[in-house]
Amino acid sequence: MRRLILTGLVALGGATGLIAQENQDWGVLHGNFQFDGQLYVRDEAIDPTGEFYPDERFLGQGFANFNYTHGDFRAGVRYENYQNVILGFPEGFRGEGITYRYLQYVKDGLDVTVGNFYEQFGSGMIFRAYEERGLGLDNAMDGVRLRYSPMKGLRLTGVLGKQRIYFDKTPGIVRGLDADFSLNDAIPALTESTWRITLGGSFVSKFQEANDPVYNLPENVGAGAGRFTLQKGPFIWNTEYVYKANDPSADNGFIFRDGQGLLTQLTYTKSGIGIIASYKRIDNMSFRSDRNGSQFEAFINYLPPTTKLHTYALPALFPYATQINGEVGRQFQFSYKFPRESLLGGKYGTLISINYADAYSLYKERLDENVPIGEGGSDGYITDWFKQGQVHYYTDFDVEVRKKLSREWKLIGTYYNFVYNKSVLEDGLSDTEILERDANQEIAYVNAGVLELIWNYKPRHSIRSEIQVAFSEQYRGDMAMLLLEYGWSPHWFFSAQVISNYGHTDEDLRLTYPIGSVTYYNGQTRIQMSYGRQQAGIFCVGGICRVVPPSNGLSLSVTTNF
Amino acid sequence: MKRLLFTLSLLIGSMVANAQIFPSVNIKTLDGVNVDASTLEHDGPVVVSFWATWCSPCKKELEALNEYYIDLMDETNVKVIAISIDDPRTASTVSVEVNSRGWEYDVYLDTNSDLRRAMGVNNVPHTMVFNANGELVYTSNKYAPGDEYHLMEKIREAAEG
Repeated sequence: MRRLILTGLVALGGATGLIAQENQDWGVLHGNFQFDGQLYVRDEAIDPTGEFYPDERFLGQGFANFNYTHGDFRAGVRYENYQNVILGFPEGFRGEGITYRYLQYVKDGLDVTVGNFYEQFGSGMIFRAYEERGLGLDNAMDGVRLRYSPMKGLRLTGVLGKQRIYFDKTPGIVRGLDADFSLNDAIPALTESTWRITLGGSFVSKFQEANDPVYNLPENVGAGAGRFTLQKGPFIWNTEYVYKANDPSADNGFIFRDGQGLLTQLTYTKSGIGIIASYKRIDNMSFRSDRNGSQFEAFINYLPPTTKLHTYALPALFPYATQINGEVGRQFQFSYKFPRESLLGGKYGTLISINYADAYSLYKERLDENVPIGEGGSDGYITDWFKQGQVHYYTDFDVEVRKKLSREWKLIGTYYNFVYNKSVLEDGLSDTEILERDANQEIAYVNAGVLELIWNYKPRHSIRSEIQVAFSEQYRGDMAMLLLEYGWSPHWFFSAQVISNYGHTDEDLRLTYPIGSVTYYNGQTRIQMSYGRQQAGIFCVGGICRVVPPSNGLSLSVTTNF
Repeated sequence: MKRLLFTLSLLIGSMVANAQIFPSVNIKTLDGVNVDASTLEHDGPVVVSFWATWCSPCKKELEALNEYYIDLMDETNVKVIAISIDDPRTASTVSVEVNSRGWEYDVYLDTNSDLRRAMGVNNVPHTMVFNANGELVYTSNKYAPGDEYHLMEKIREAAEG
């Protein structure tokens, strides 16, 4: 008997060895690990007083995720460690622990999750629990989520729980319900229709105790949203409107005003061409499960910015982040591929993209002659949908041309023009300070260009270079950058870049920032070491940005997954 | 006992044949139609590429592979499934990006990163090659020009089994 079991085990062991983690019967385990550490060097040029130089000299943080799936059952856990958190991350992340764990199963069409989960309703303007590990942003829910589809085409989602804030939970409770209804799936007569119509609606509310000595604050705050998507052929029209009951908070200066948001987007796309036009209006839509929250803490909703995310280093110094207290933004994007063998297309075709985006404040007027705009305890201000806001936050116009010249050479050229309100976007100056107290706005007008050249001179060897320039009379002044990368496929990657801020408006900041890095890849593992000086700037992912202090030192980053 | 082993091997054999690449997670097509990822099947090697419109190396990798894709399909019967992890901010630009570049891949949206988490994907680009049995045979999480040759080699190896 023992022998039989042994043989059985060996046979099974051999077989599972062959089919590794993909074995259906045992379920599937996936995971990943990341570690980031930095050894800091004292650099008096970028940090004369030493205010950014950490006491620890070496800072490191890491996390590991494990996700297990077996048929309709799923479970996961994440361990995080910050000893101590690296510069630029929110300092609330201190220590270590299990920050995420959940169990999920599907039974009779009912999808149940208990523990932590991420979820989003519609475009996220009313509810979005999500993570951006690179930014230190994680507002995961801890509670219960139910999903159920009572009929074909209709999906219901209900959530209840508290959100994560660093190693703790927010004081407020979040409750929400969402319905997503696809008419084409639900109504047999529409199955073959050339029109595709999807409707959706959500309701989200929060509860937080209030004992304010001055104001009678609402403990329950409700918000509702409606949305639709209409599609016919190459046209797609997406719109969502959200409304929030009055929710006095640290963000809005404790005004008792209702919130509103509208996001509408028209897209036309077919092979070789794409056009997107968007309009967004946000009025007092900060929605957090802690009314005193700041930075990225305890956000219930997410307000997507309608601007392009730039990835080249110098243009990325002028990013836009949604102004949650109010803004009006427009965006227009156009891309076209000139076909092969055409006059402008050449042998391989040419891709051109044009993007325009702007953002202004809401138009604001005093409620009453004697009540300043944004006065705490009041309804804040009077606004008008059809008047241009008084404060200019941002404008971005850029044109990009991508061209493959030959088998070995590729070229990408981009021109940028920015209007960047540094006072609002980096220093956090409010409309009230500008409109009521005539605060000085520092606005930078920037012209920038990037030329990227890729030379794939042998099948496994490539050189990539970027030449970047940015010119301005204000703020960061004139800058130039050169980057060189050498890739030796598949294991090695070398990079060196230098930014010279030779024309900064502050002469003490006319500095040079060199960085070099070596990366080794082996299948699922990446090890990167870099050394150099990092400019103070803004680091953004998905339109959420955080300010990064200047630093100098040796960084090590290890990531692996299975 | 022989019978037992036989049954066991049959059982394992059938499991291999049905091995699926994706867990049961809801994703969307570019037309907004909900799809259970576990139902995506293909009789041949499959490349799964997690990418985003804001990820420049991701787009370069897909662009480079696209030049060889049609020939590669004839040669190896490979299918490329590109999963965009774009969030609501940029999700609407995915179809424009795909169309204006003329990509021939099957593209899906994983706006809430559910599939990304379930498959243990940390950063993009993250490209996986599965053989016809659904076994993961290669993973890469970077792209530098020229890496597409290495990737195509792995696809050919996967096709040969």
